Amino acid sequence: MSEEHAVVAQNVGKVYGTGAAAFTALGDISIAIRKGEFFTLLGPSGCGKTTLLRCIAGFETPTSGAILLSGRDITGVPPNQRPVNTVFQSYALFPHLTVAENVGFGLKMQGKSKAEIDAAVDRVLGLVKLEPFATRLPAQLSGGQQQRVALARALAPEPEVLLLDEPLSALDLKLRKAMQVELKRLQTETGITFIFVTHDQEEALTMSDRIGVMSAGALLQVGSPHEIYEKPVDRFVADFIGETNFLEGEARADGVEIAPGVVLPVTGHAGPVTLAVRPEQLRIGPPGEGLEAEVAEAVYMGTDTHFTLTLAGGPQVVARVQSRAGPEPRVGDKVGVSIDAAAVQVLAE
Amino acid sequence: MSGPGRSKAANGWLLSAPALLLLLVAASGPLLIVAVYSFLEKGDYSGVRWILSGEAWFRVLFERDIFDGTVSLADANLSIFWRSVKLSLATTFITFALGLPTAWFIATRPPKARAVWLFLITIPFWTNLLIRTFAIMEVIRNQGLLNTFLINLGVISEPIQILYTDTAVLIGMAYVYLPLMVLPLFAAIDRFDFKLIEAGYDLYATRWRILRSVVLPIIKPGIVAGCILVFVPSLGAYVTPRVLGGGKNMMIGNFIELQFGQGQNWPLGAALSMVLLVIVMGALLIYTRVSSRDDPHA
Repeated sequence: MSEEHAVVAQNVGKVYGTGAAAFTALGDISIAIRKGEFFTLLGPSGCGKTTLLRCIAGFETPTSGAILLSGRDITGVPPNQRPVNTVFQSYALFPHLTVAENVGFGLKMQGKSKAEIDAAVDRVLGLVKLEPFATRLPAQLSGGQQQRVALARALAPEPEVLLLDEPLSALDLKLRKAMQVELKRLQTETGITFIFVTHDQEEALTMSDRIGVMSAGALLQVGSPHEIYEKPVDRFVADFIGETNFLEGEARADGVEIAPGVVLPVTGHAGPVTLAVRPEQLRIGPPGEGLEAEVAEAVYMGTDTHFTLTLAGGPQVVARVQSRAGPEPRVGDKVGVSIDAAAVQVLAE
Repeated sequence: MSGPGRSKAANGWLLSAPALLLLLVAASGPLLIVAVYSFLEKGDYSGVRWILSGEAWFRVLFERDIFDGTVSLADANLSIFWRSVKLSLATTFITFALGLPTAWFIATRPPKARAVWLFLITIPFWTNLLIRTFAIMEVIRNQGLLNTFLINLGVISEPIQILYTDTAVLIGMAYVYLPLMVLPLFAAIDRFDFKLIEAGYDLYATRWRILRSVVLPIIKPGIVAGCILVFVPSLGAYVTPRVLGGGKNMMIGNFIELQFGQGQNWPLGAALSMVLLVIVMGALLIYTRVSSRDDPHA
């Protein structure tokens, strides 16, 4: 695992301070990011995702473990000698330089000739569609344009890996959506490995080839958006990505008993377990089909309706049903709920 | 009845009248008197005679031999001007070299410690300039703190003569004007976004290039302000060169004082004052040029 991997973290740990005041930002992270991959580090704020990114950039030195770039150990190499560039959350554009000078900064520092710099700046500005703004100063640009300058500046030196530290968090929703598509396009066009840090699960699901979910300095699960969404390894991942119904129960031979007498046909487990079911996996039918339930709440959301259902025996679940013409169940109605056993995840306790 | 617009303007003039009057009487008036005096003939002992004359301005640059009347450049005057400019530039440079790391240090402290350090920087302003200058004298004189310390340490056997040299004036001025450099530099660094250093470091810049291409250009307004704040008063310094430089190492300020005192040549003193004013104005002009050129909103 070296040649085909852009970045490999081997047992990386980062501890701030010593003794009683010590704070572990990264536990013992091992991860292998493939070449040309759009990899997202996803987690709530303070989970260590930015610290890991800064270790890869070189701004932080891990207290233990090693970081490999294309198979080469770069753990102690300073940032200005790593072929890795960062798009900062605050953009950190040089306010005294024009857009073109900002974009050309890295190449200039690398000692490239003026002709080379000009050509690369033109090319990258074209890539982010900012050619008309080459002579402007950052202060004369909108937030979205500044964001693209930051992107162009980091792409211009053609790094092996591009690090993006929550770059879209300062943009409004519409612009953010547009930039998500834009980022994915840039990544495909340049073929550069992108490591993207975000706390926004939707952003992670839309753009990434693979996602690494982090919490409290630990990497919980690495997988494709599909795997992360459909087969979360634990309750945290299931809860963090999308909406999930959790049902506590006792696994028996014929299935999992979630309430006295209510058994879901999920077999092959034993003892107390937690089941995770996505709201869109629940189907509502006439009473008698599947489990008995009563509608406790119905929220119309446009394309679909969210029903909160009280199952016989007490537990509540949320079902998301696509809106359609005709009568829909109303609060107080008795309904039947069927759950596809294949869509139920059994989580480790 | 005047319209509301006019009365507003009239009110404005009325409100600023005291300030304008003070400015006229206390600043422009005396300046005008000095300018007029520089074109008059000197009185027998002091003062002026109300006869128009270019003699004072001639004497700024040239001198006439008392026996044969040949005209030559006034070397003594020129060397005093040169020394003043040289010492002021050196003071500016030294205070910048010491002030930049100091300001950087203060600006990077946590807020509480920062307040303490800024407070310490401003303490010298509480003490009279003369007293501070004598304190420096106490440090650098032959039997002073520095020489005694070095002799006891065995570094030197004879005291080094610092007092009454240009070095003494330089040390004194650098000490006195250092806070004037540190404060504007601090203000500029305080506003500096330290993320930019990371951005530079990430984009293959060495530490030196980051300082030169990122930090210095961005804090330039603070640098220029500090340099002007130090250079201008250094040029007109009077107390420090008088106390630490002795009688021989005059600067323009002392030379002007000499004309109004012992020299009994008020027109020459006035002309020299005007020259000093022109140099200072020149420095300020460079300042506005430099600081406006890089203002992105200009």
